[in-house]
Amino acid sequence: MSVALNATEAGGFRRFLSDYAESPTAVVGLVLCILIVMTALIGPWFTPQNPYDLRALDLMDSRLPPGEVGTTGITHWLGTDDQGRDLLSAIVYGLRISLGVGVVAGVLALLIGTTVGITAAYFGGRVDTVIMRVVDFQLSFPAILLALILLAVLGQGVDKIVIALVAVQWAYFARTVRSAAVVEREREYIEAARSLGLSHRRVMFGHLMPNCTAPLIVVATIQVANAIALEATLSFLGLGMPVTQPSLGLLIANGFQYILSGRYWISTFPGIALLLVIVSINLVGDRIRDVLNPRLQR
Amino acid sequence: MTLFLLRRLLQGAIVVVVMSLVVFIGVYAIGNPVDILINPDATPEIKQQAIERLGLDRPFLEQYGTFVVRALQGDLGRSFIYDEPALKLILQAMPATLELAIASMVLALVFGIPLGMAAGYWPDSWGANVIMTGSILGFSLPTFWVGLMLIVLFSVELGWLPSGGRGETVVVFGVPLSFLTWNGLTHLFLPALNLALFKISLVIRLTRAGMRETLQQDYIKYARSKGLSRHRVVFVHAFRNILIPIVTVLGLEIGSVIAFAVVTETVFSWPGMGKLIIDSINVLDRPVVVAYLMLTVVMFVVINLLVDLTYSLVDPRVRLGGRPR
Amino acid sequence: MSIPALEVDDLQTHFLTRAGVAKAVNGVSFRVERGEILGLVGESGSGKTVTGFSILGLVDPPGQVVGGTVRVGGDVVSGLDDRAMARIRGKRVSMIFQDPMMTLNPVLRIDTQMIETIRAHETISVTAARARAREALALVGIAAPDERLLAYPHQLSGGMRQRVAIATAMLNRPEVIIADEPTTALDVTIQAQILYEVQELCRRFGTALVWITHDLSVVASLADRIAVMYAGRIVEEGPVDDVLDRPLHPYTRGLIDSVPQPGLRGGRLVPIPGMAPALVGLGEGCAFRARCARASMACASQPALRELRPGQRARCVHPLTVGSHAA
Repeated sequence: MSVALNATEAGGFRRFLSDYAESPTAVVGLVLCILIVMTALIGPWFTPQNPYDLRALDLMDSRLPPGEVGTTGITHWLGTDDQGRDLLSAIVYGLRISLGVGVVAGVLALLIGTTVGITAAYFGGRVDTVIMRVVDFQLSFPAILLALILLAVLGQGVDKIVIALVAVQWAYFARTVRSAAVVEREREYIEAARSLGLSHRRVMFGHLMPNCTAPLIVVATIQVANAIALEATLSFLGLGMPVTQPSLGLLIANGFQYILSGRYWISTFPGIALLLVIVSINLVGDRIRDVLNPRLQR
Repeated sequence: MTLFLLRRLLQGAIVVVVMSLVVFIGVYAIGNPVDILINPDATPEIKQQAIERLGLDRPFLEQYGTFVVRALQGDLGRSFIYDEPALKLILQAMPATLELAIASMVLALVFGIPLGMAAGYWPDSWGANVIMTGSILGFSLPTFWVGLMLIVLFSVELGWLPSGGRGETVVVFGVPLSFLTWNGLTHLFLPALNLALFKISLVIRLTRAGMRETLQQDYIKYARSKGLSRHRVVFVHAFRNILIPIVTVLGLEIGSVIAFAVVTETVFSWPGMGKLIIDSINVLDRPVVVAYLMLTVVMFVVINLLVDLTYSLVDPRVRLGGRPR
Repeated sequence: MSIPALEVDDLQTHFLTRAGVAKAVNGVSFRVERGEILGLVGESGSGKTVTGFSILGLVDPPGQVVGGTVRVGGDVVSGLDDRAMARIRGKRVSMIFQDPMMTLNPVLRIDTQMIETIRAHETISVTAARARAREALALVGIAAPDERLLAYPHQLSGGMRQRVAIATAMLNRPEVIIADEPTTALDVTIQAQILYEVQELCRRFGTALVWITHDLSVVASLADRIAVMYAGRIVEEGPVDDVLDRPLHPYTRGLIDSVPQPGLRGGRLVPIPGMAPALVGLGEGCAFRARCARASMACASQPALRELRPGQRARCVHPLTVGSHAA
């Protein structure tokens, strides 16, 4: 994996950073991304409340508007939800879950999709045709429909939703890797590696794959954002996460019924958090694509 | 052409079979079919009777065979909740979904094309930047959250538009339609806009790219050299060239609009197929779920088939029209 | 002296690129009388096409007309806003483009594209405009014009399309037609027919024609006068026979020698050494001097365009024939 990175090491990476920094919005996106990840990682030590600890909750505190002080003496800067959970704390914990699910699903989809894509590109011929037929067909279905089918069949739960997300997303990785690897396959060094008698696996993963890294990084970034958005959507529809550990999508869903009565904050603040996550990841992904693209064409 | 059609039909058939197996295995093998097909509130005796009637004690393949034969006859089970054939329920909800989908397609064109043209005509203006940033947001924001915000803004804060339902409908050929009454139209607007946002972004991008490419063409410069007004150059010479691909692409998106209607219908309580499936999942009305999934899979196979056909029909004309140098 | 149909005076068009300013048209002046055909000759990149577009105000960014005057029938048309310019384009000055495949709009019928050209400039019924379009097609030798009017461009051959473009250019009886290599993309036989027809039309209607080309043989058979461009400047100008038979500028000589001559079988072709210069950062002095066998220190300052023979002018310190003894 590190072959390609090593080849362009140091100078290459520095140039990548300076190219990246040319877009101020993308820099803002990156800073935001880092802040969000930091919040998800260390946030729980700083939140006023553990929203999963039912003993800490008091139903008397439910649906307090932002800035109100609850019975427990905590100031609820973003208000509370219908369970009396401090929204700020719930958002930080929900962020962990949303990011966690998105990243885990993204990584699994990346592993599966890459393997399948490399296999298709390396062996070509009938293997390639069959695999890509399946990939194309799956991609012709909207992601939400596939996820819906799977969750309707599998039922609810974190594991189920990760399975559904992976099933929806592997095909994007497979297609990306395949199209990059097919070009590389024709180069001399692959021929050389093969003639040295290296095993299929060595050639595929040791030589072919490092050259697909650039497009993979781009797709991976954007697919993590998509996974987070899809998970939120599914949770909102009531098909995703269990209610005891709400992700951002479920927090929004919980507040949905109170929107019409003017208690906007229960849905709005988790929504803004979700928005920042998705938009910042997309900004970073877009920029990486723009920066890497000319080099891919080179 | 016939061979191509036959091959595609065969592929479609294979997909339907595979999907029916997935759904069947999912429902019958992974879950407990008794829970799925028989009302959980039923007494043990009734359950036992039903198991025998439905042949649930039979071997797996035989059960699948019965399932397929029934499905082909249009029998996809009965709803627990409404005690009506599942297929009938879905077909009843379909016009509402189609109305929503078509309305959002229209909105996508009405908003997307002018914005995309403006952004393509003045690519470096601040207006273009605003439009393109907006389209990035339109792509990346989750539909359901945008829907909520539309409700917060237009229904709760401003009180301009209703937050849900279909409003007054007019029955045309036995199909209730919202867009024919003012009240219905006000109910239709927000959900249609919500569903359209993604497609608006898509149309903006397509139009802008098409506009920028077209404006570089010699025939645009030639049209200008003839002394035509800017208006005519843009709206006749450039527009005609970008319209066909945009409408084609958008037509292909009808399937995804119907799929995403699930989200919008839930947010806006729009009584279409999407809301029906989500409600059915939540109350474990599984025959309806199975029926919906089978129906959608068939629908998508048909749509994909039509897409392939359209492409193969459009292609030669495209080649004749603008022969690349 | 009569008023010329087209008069270009010190035209300057610059391209503001990242690498610097490219002076694509750098002080070009010429005049074309009514019914006269001027061949504007040069290699690609010499600025001849940009000159054509500059006259009509059709230079796309980053290009910009930064100076000079263009007069059509004595009226200044340079520096007008786009709306005023549109009234000139297609009415008083028409243009024919290089590639007929690319210039007709693929999704509009021929009649639409011709009728709009008339109706952009005068209030006239569609029926009357159609009759005129039909007449114009017949004029350029198109058989069954009614049928062709209803055709889409892709249903016509290349030669037919270029005839349509010529007919369209003639629709409003312009004073000037600027033709940018209109026959380069066509077969040689069709090229000859079209050259002949265009010549006839210009004589008949007194239209001034600027024929932009890189092909000296086309100019030889078509033009009355010739202007040779090099690196954004006119380096030689004069009656076509004088310039082709007795060129004054070494670059013109080089161009003539690099054209195959049917009369001289087995004669040696002499390519011009080196390449056309990059326009960015082109210093003062004769731009051709790096490729010129006659270059000297004196060439480092820009020579003026001097009349060295009656009606024949060249921009050279060491012109052939006339000044060769002095050098």
